[in-house]
Amino acid sequence: MIILEVKEITKRFGGLVALKDLSFKLRQGEILGIIGPNGAGKTTLFNVITSFHRPETGKIFFKGEDITELRPYQICRKGLARTFQITQPFANLTVLENVKIGAYNHIPSSREATDEALRILEAVGLIEKRNERATSLSIGHRKKLELAKAMATRPEVILLDEVVAGLNSREANDMIAYIHHIQKQGITILLIEHVMKAIMSLSNRIVVIHYGQKISEGKPEEVSKDPKVIEAYLGEEYILAKHQRS
Amino acid sequence: MSNIHQKTWNILLIVVLGGLILGLPLFLGKYYLHFFIMIFFFAFLGSAWNILGGYAGQFSFGHAAFFGTGVFTSTLLQIHAGVNPWIGMLLAGIAGMGLGLFIGFLSFRYGLRGPYFALAMLALAEMLKLIAIEWMTSRYPLGITIPLRGDSLLYFQFRDKVPYYYISFLMMAGALFLTRFIEVRKIGSYFKAIRENESAAEALGINVFRYKLIAMAISAFLTAVGGTFYSQYYLNIEEESAFGAGISIEILMGPIIGGAGTVFGPLLGAGILEFLSETTRNFLGGYSGVHLMIYGAVLVFVIIFLPHGIMGGLQETFRKITKGQTKT
Repeated sequence: MIILEVKEITKRFGGLVALKDLSFKLRQGEILGIIGPNGAGKTTLFNVITSFHRPETGKIFFKGEDITELRPYQICRKGLARTFQITQPFANLTVLENVKIGAYNHIPSSREATDEALRILEAVGLIEKRNERATSLSIGHRKKLELAKAMATRPEVILLDEVVAGLNSREANDMIAYIHHIQKQGITILLIEHVMKAIMSLSNRIVVIHYGQKISEGKPEEVSKDPKVIEAYLGEEYILAKHQRS
Repeated sequence: MSNIHQKTWNILLIVVLGGLILGLPLFLGKYYLHFFIMIFFFAFLGSAWNILGGYAGQFSFGHAAFFGTGVFTSTLLQIHAGVNPWIGMLLAGIAGMGLGLFIGFLSFRYGLRGPYFALAMLALAEMLKLIAIEWMTSRYPLGITIPLRGDSLLYFQFRDKVPYYYISFLMMAGALFLTRFIEVRKIGSYFKAIRENESAAEALGINVFRYKLIAMAISAFLTAVGGTFYSQYYLNIEEESAFGAGISIEILMGPIIGGAGTVFGPLLGAGILEFLSETTRNFLGGYSGVHLMIYGAVLVFVIIFLPHGIMGGLQETFRKITKGQTKT
């Protein structure tokens, strides 16, 4: 079943075309990775899906329903949550309060929201930090908090924007394990990641974008062998050099 | 366990303080009664401001707009339509809320943030003041006096200050309870989320526009209710003390100094400011304006050294102490 469909999206910023006629489908239960060189339009894509940016043309469908015109909070309420690449904590609130705010998306009572938040903090490994203010967290803990907030809204689809990048290897492994854990709960994941090892091992499928256009799509091992992908990442000269050698 | 423990302490504290406060008028003269009435009154107005400015983070520099609306609504209704001032107080609140929703809709719909919102509010209050001046000069050049009816609870008029003391205290206590009620619930968490980071709040399913309007409605309602208390306390109103920028500043000074976004910040701030203003007036009364200079100095001090106000500073210290204890 297709849970999220991005259909012929074009997004311009002035003269710059950030996304051009981009289409892909997200199947329920999978982890779909989005990769592409810096400036390829990955974060813009997330901003368009969650309505922080309006596309010039194209539509976004969530469970068959057109959500292109909705406001960001409505998209979250429908069950599509996101994290931000540059983490956006509620800086002066405690870690627990931060996650509680996410839990209020589906729980009206304070006590139950606290319970839910504590459960998530336990799972993500931030439980000891629950009474600290979000500003005092390290970057690794901030990324975990970012994920915990989004998970607390109880999404069906979660969009993760670079949650592994910037972590040390132990933290990265924890995070990868937690993302697998999310998938096991039946949540569908759309993933942007710079850390290749992470995205190759996590993703069931990968979409590659370059200058806002889709240049390749398929299983991780197929995509990594696609000459167009190698060219986008390493440049044409690399491929020419390789041909000359062989 | 510790939660229950804290609750008993809180109740004990409330009972002791409450008894003290309720008994005080027996021992106080007129002068000190007025002093406490002003503390309660500005703590009430500060709490009203605090909900919008301190919790939801929408810094209003023109709450006199709502205050003046309250002052004029109940007074004019009383004089021209014979509306009882208690009912007038409720209608004043509704009028203030209506104005708040109107300016809130315009400001928040078009994304006015931070200083731009503050200035829009200031402009609104100044506009209303000019309208009031224009309207009053031909009709009430000496201000409007509410007809005296002697001591009457029904007409919200008293020769003695004691009833005003209790009324202002009840209003303040109500505002503090309301603040606490909001603070520990979903609505309070949503206000704080909006204050801290609007995009993140929106991404977590919060209808930021709607919650800003709710904060505005509560804040404007209470502030206008305060306006009616003011009318009934002085029984004489004019434009400057209703819509003037001085009122806007006095309303927000308390919570800023005491601690915006905390329940007791506005009360603490109002207490400190009234104390300062009275002592400077008593000791330096000969030099007019000195108390304003001291006000300014205190404000500068607090903003530099205690950016979250005195309550915020205390909470931070407390947090550090308890953190140190759990670690060792």
